[in-house]
Amino acid sequence: MTDIEPDDTVDARGAACPGPLMDLIGRIRGAESGDVIRLLSDNNQSLTDVPEWAEEAGNELLAVEERDDHNAFYVEKA
Amino acid sequence: MTEHVVIVGGGTGGTVLANDLADRLEPELDAGDVRVTLVNDDSDHVYKPVWLYVPFGQREPDDGRRPLDDLVDDAVDLRIDRVSDIDTESQRLQFHGSAPSVGYDYLVLATGSTLEPDRIPGLTEGGHNYYSESGATDLRDELLEFTEGDLVLSVIGTPHMCPAAPLEFVFMADDWLRERGLREDVDITYTYPIQRVHGNPHIAEWARPIMEERDIQVETFFNAESVDPEAETVTSMEGTELDYDLLVTIPPHGGVDLIEEAGLGDGGWVDVDKHTLEAEAAEDVYALGDTADTGVPNAGSVAHYQAGVVGQRLASEIRGRPATATYDGKTLCFIETGMDAASFVEFDYENPPSPALPSEKLHWSKLAYNESYWLTARGLL
Ligand SMILES: Cc1cc2nc3c(=O)[nH]c(=O)nc-3n(C[C@H](O)[C@H](O)[C@H](O)COP(=O)(O)OP(=O)(O)OC[C@H]3O[C@@H](n4cnc5c(N)ncnc54)[C@H](O)[C@@H]3O)c2cc1C
Repeated sequence: MTDIEPDDTVDARGAACPGPLMDLIGRIRGAESGDVIRLLSDNNQSLTDVPEWAEEAGNELLAVEERDDHNAFYVEKA
Repeated sequence: MTEHVVIVGGGTGGTVLANDLADRLEPELDAGDVRVTLVNDDSDHVYKPVWLYVPFGQREPDDGRRPLDDLVDDAVDLRIDRVSDIDTESQRLQFHGSAPSVGYDYLVLATGSTLEPDRIPGLTEGGHNYYSESGATDLRDELLEFTEGDLVLSVIGTPHMCPAAPLEFVFMADDWLRERGLREDVDITYTYPIQRVHGNPHIAEWARPIMEERDIQVETFFNAESVDPEAETVTSMEGTELDYDLLVTIPPHGGVDLIEEAGLGDGGWVDVDKHTLEAEAAEDVYALGDTADTGVPNAGSVAHYQAGVVGQRLASEIRGRPATATYDGKTLCFIETGMDAASFVEFDYENPPSPALPSEKLHWSKLAYNESYWLTARGLL
């Protein structure tokens, strides 16, 4: 478990690809620089989509937390 | 006691459902046991797929408009008004202006998508689109004048109506410019928010080589952040800047505010069970078409199939029988690959799409479907 405190959480559980990544991008759009957004996704594709996009956009993927039926991604806006 | 079904939204889904119920529940409607009201904020029904052809001078916006009164069965009460508030506790709807509120026993939300270009600074001034009637005619005027330079088609966010339409536009523009001998003087660039050219991996895999073959440049992971209409540039959240001479975008989409205000779902999309189309947050409320958050494309074919499912479920409920009809994610799409060729895909929750080889026959099938659409809306096809 991480002790990172997110500023905002996007719950995209149940959404099909590319829903979770698009939900994250949408939330990051409106966030301030330095904000940490937590994305909850049960779509396996997110495990590659989210790191790839974070790198492309220069945002930092701080942690990925594996939970029972989904993953939590912590992304800090550059 | 009369059971009152109210449908909000007289686009593809709402109109097909109203006519479906008029047919299915004819005895109950005749006996006065059931009333069906269809509320739409425009007296015309609008068939949006026509707008794809307007910029290329192939159709007029009026080809996509017909009075709702001509399309909807007389057994349905048609009300031209805008719903401003939904109270799912007391099962009542409010309207703009001073019209009295109306109660419902069953509510179906079919309010579609709304364009939200203002979410991107500079987009309203700098960008064009064919996702609205006025946008399509403005773009037609621009395209007719456009003889050289950078044509950029940027998909800003998903979900948006008809996921195939951005691909169709660049394929058609490529062909149209070639036919007019202008293609060598125009660079076409297509941008998409994720790492491939379409949300569905199978369609993306099919489209990418066609783009390469036709010299359409691709920028993936491009989420437009701002447009500078003076400098004619569009910049992405990922830090890429593109110059344009003509910028065509698929603007950000949202649902309607009243859905979020009623607590039925975020962003104006209704959270539903993706098989029964029942709202998660309220009793006796259904949603269909673009507004129902099922993860399938925002497409008229989806709205059409979903209307059949909701029609069957409502008829069962009204007759006191268990509702058994379910939606399996069925989606049909013709994809124009030029001015006289098209492909076709069919898929559902279980089976992925496998695009057909483009042909002239499929192009004519798409045009034939567009013509016969009015029979679909009437519930005849
Ligand atoms: C350029 C373009 C090309 C397309 N091509 C295709 C295609 O080839 N194939 C395909 O399947 N789909 C296509 N689509 C998508 C298709 O048009 C939509 O997915 C479809 O119209 C959705 O139907 P709907 O009933 O959910 O919403 P709509 O048809 O948009 O209807 C919603 C209705 O609700 C009304 N409304 C909204 N809010 C209120 C309110 N508060 N009170 C009263 N009324 C309200 C609206 O005015 C509207 O009449 C295309 C779309 C575009 C823009």
